[in-house]
Amino acid sequence: MKRQVPLLITLIVGTVLILSVFFPPAERLGEDFSIFFDIIAVFAFFLGGGNLVRIHGNRLYRKGKDWGFSLVTLLGFFIMLIAGLFKLWNPGGISADVTATGSLFQMLYDWIFNPLGATMYALLAFYVASASYRAFRAKNREATILLIAAFVILLGRTPLGVYATGWIPESFSLVQIPNLAIWIMSSPNLAGQRAIMIGIALGVISMSLRLILGVERTYLGVDSE
Amino acid sequence: MTGRPTILTRTIKLSILIIFLFLSLFCHLLTAQALPAAIPDSSSFQASPPTNVRAVDFKYDRGEALEVRWNLSSDDTGSNFITGYEVFRAGEKSDSFVSVGFVAPKTESLTDKSVERGKLYRYKVATNYKGNLAYSEISAAVAPEMDPINWNLLNLFIIGLIIAGAVIYFIAHAKRGKKLFIRKIAGLEAIDEAIGRATEMGRPILFIPGINDMDDVQTIAGITLLGRVAKVVADYDIKINMPVSRSLVMTTARETIKEAYLGAGRPDAYNDDMVRYITDEQFGYVAAVDGVMVREKPATCFYLGAFFAESLILAETGNSIGAIQIAGTAQPAQLPFFVAACDYTLIGEELFAASAYLSNEPKQLGSLKGQDVGKLLAMIVIIAGVLSATIASAWGSEFFAKLTEYLVRIFTIQN
Repeated sequence: MKRQVPLLITLIVGTVLILSVFFPPAERLGEDFSIFFDIIAVFAFFLGGGNLVRIHGNRLYRKGKDWGFSLVTLLGFFIMLIAGLFKLWNPGGISADVTATGSLFQMLYDWIFNPLGATMYALLAFYVASASYRAFRAKNREATILLIAAFVILLGRTPLGVYATGWIPESFSLVQIPNLAIWIMSSPNLAGQRAIMIGIALGVISMSLRLILGVERTYLGVDSE
Repeated sequence: MTGRPTILTRTIKLSILIIFLFLSLFCHLLTAQALPAAIPDSSSFQASPPTNVRAVDFKYDRGEALEVRWNLSSDDTGSNFITGYEVFRAGEKSDSFVSVGFVAPKTESLTDKSVERGKLYRYKVATNYKGNLAYSEISAAVAPEMDPINWNLLNLFIIGLIIAGAVIYFIAHAKRGKKLFIRKIAGLEAIDEAIGRATEMGRPILFIPGINDMDDVQTIAGITLLGRVAKVVADYDIKINMPVSRSLVMTTARETIKEAYLGAGRPDAYNDDMVRYITDEQFGYVAAVDGVMVREKPATCFYLGAFFAESLILAETGNSIGAIQIAGTAQPAQLPFFVAACDYTLIGEELFAASAYLSNEPKQLGSLKGQDVGKLLAMIVIIAGVLSATIASAWGSEFFAKLTEYLVRIFTIQN
């Protein structure tokens, strides 16, 4: 029973969602299933929040390893929760929007949360440089092609690329670096991307059928029937 | 080194200035002449209204839309002469028309999606010239109707049927015990080796199932792979650490790991804290996972699911701590980052094939074979399309031009 019910739900929901694409009367059912998912996800959020508080609360209580991080996590969690729930310092009071300008929640979001998120995102610039350095080392033929293509594209997106090959006559305009960069992006690169996309689409169809037909059961913790 | 400007230099500069002024004046006169001969006074001018206004049922929907079409106003000359068209709607017997939309000049239709099935509606369209409205005749009353089948998607249905049929056929084929050849996937072959390394080093394994929820098929693919990984982890008695960014993923992953431990006959070794929720926020999650990586230094990191900007941050941090990294995603934009920073990357379809591949079960492998039929179909159509378009372009063949158009139409989704 524990296995059959999830398989039956998967079969029904999967079939209805496919049918809802082709048969307009079933569209509403498809939308309803998506709403059911959202409702379940909302309830599951309590589980997530509870799990966060329990794990970090335990670590803090036992003064476990790195308990300082747990303290910061719990403080952040509760301060944001209280500021949002009770709409502290909200100019319009409890009935106004929680994200109103001047509310504590919005201030915490704008002045602490956003800059912290932006800082993490900014790390990407350094990681791109370090990853590119490793990826573009001409260790073999493929890496050398990658290096040349990347060099042309980088140069083609800068004024230097325009100045360096701007003298080439129009009849040979394809070898001008900016045009070469455009060609690489719109022909070989796009063809590769599309091949990957076709593969992904077919993979999704195959995986979905395995799930709907109950052939794939690993997510239930079992290998086969 | 600069000296005093010579008379010649000053003359040249003056000449350039005069030429520039002359050109400016000339351009101004030219532009002034290019303007419409006479833009009418908005207070008195009345643009001509659109004609032949008709409403038609929006095809193949649930009866929730009507399409209003009209012929352009004779004053819609394309030189921004009129501001646009405003569409008004009223019930069958009502004379109170309400505005349902405004469209730009040169537009000949508008889809009204705020109608109810079965009710009759009439429309009129007004040409708007600086606020002055010139109304058309009122259209005949039309009611939106529901169509049982979306015939626009017939092509998609047939293609889907062929591919799904091939998948089901090969599953049945494999069930009968026929041997199927599946190419080796290096990233999947390396899973045991990566877990073995963690065992030898006595360090944990980190498993990240992406940052999307359970309604994303990539997350499901990640979770199915987790089932396989967790089984080996349970056998080897290694610690698995799985920080997640979605609560539903947390509950699903817990069940999956618990079942794997049960299957391995070691239910006592399972602990709920193996999977823990961090936050739904993308960069908050990345910060926490990076912290876990740097502090706990896992020997092996799995990134299998839907990833976005965080892919490289995670993979580079993993690289900096010397972990073996196996990644897989169906986000084409993130694949280069994983390829650059990870030891093995499952590219797109390989992520979805992974669980079937690892199971080595004929039925699941059969589904992969069915997938290949889809690829073959795509290859044939691409080659036919390229040849046809090339011939049509090079020799101006009408037959091949029509064939190209036909192929494009078949593989275009119209909704």
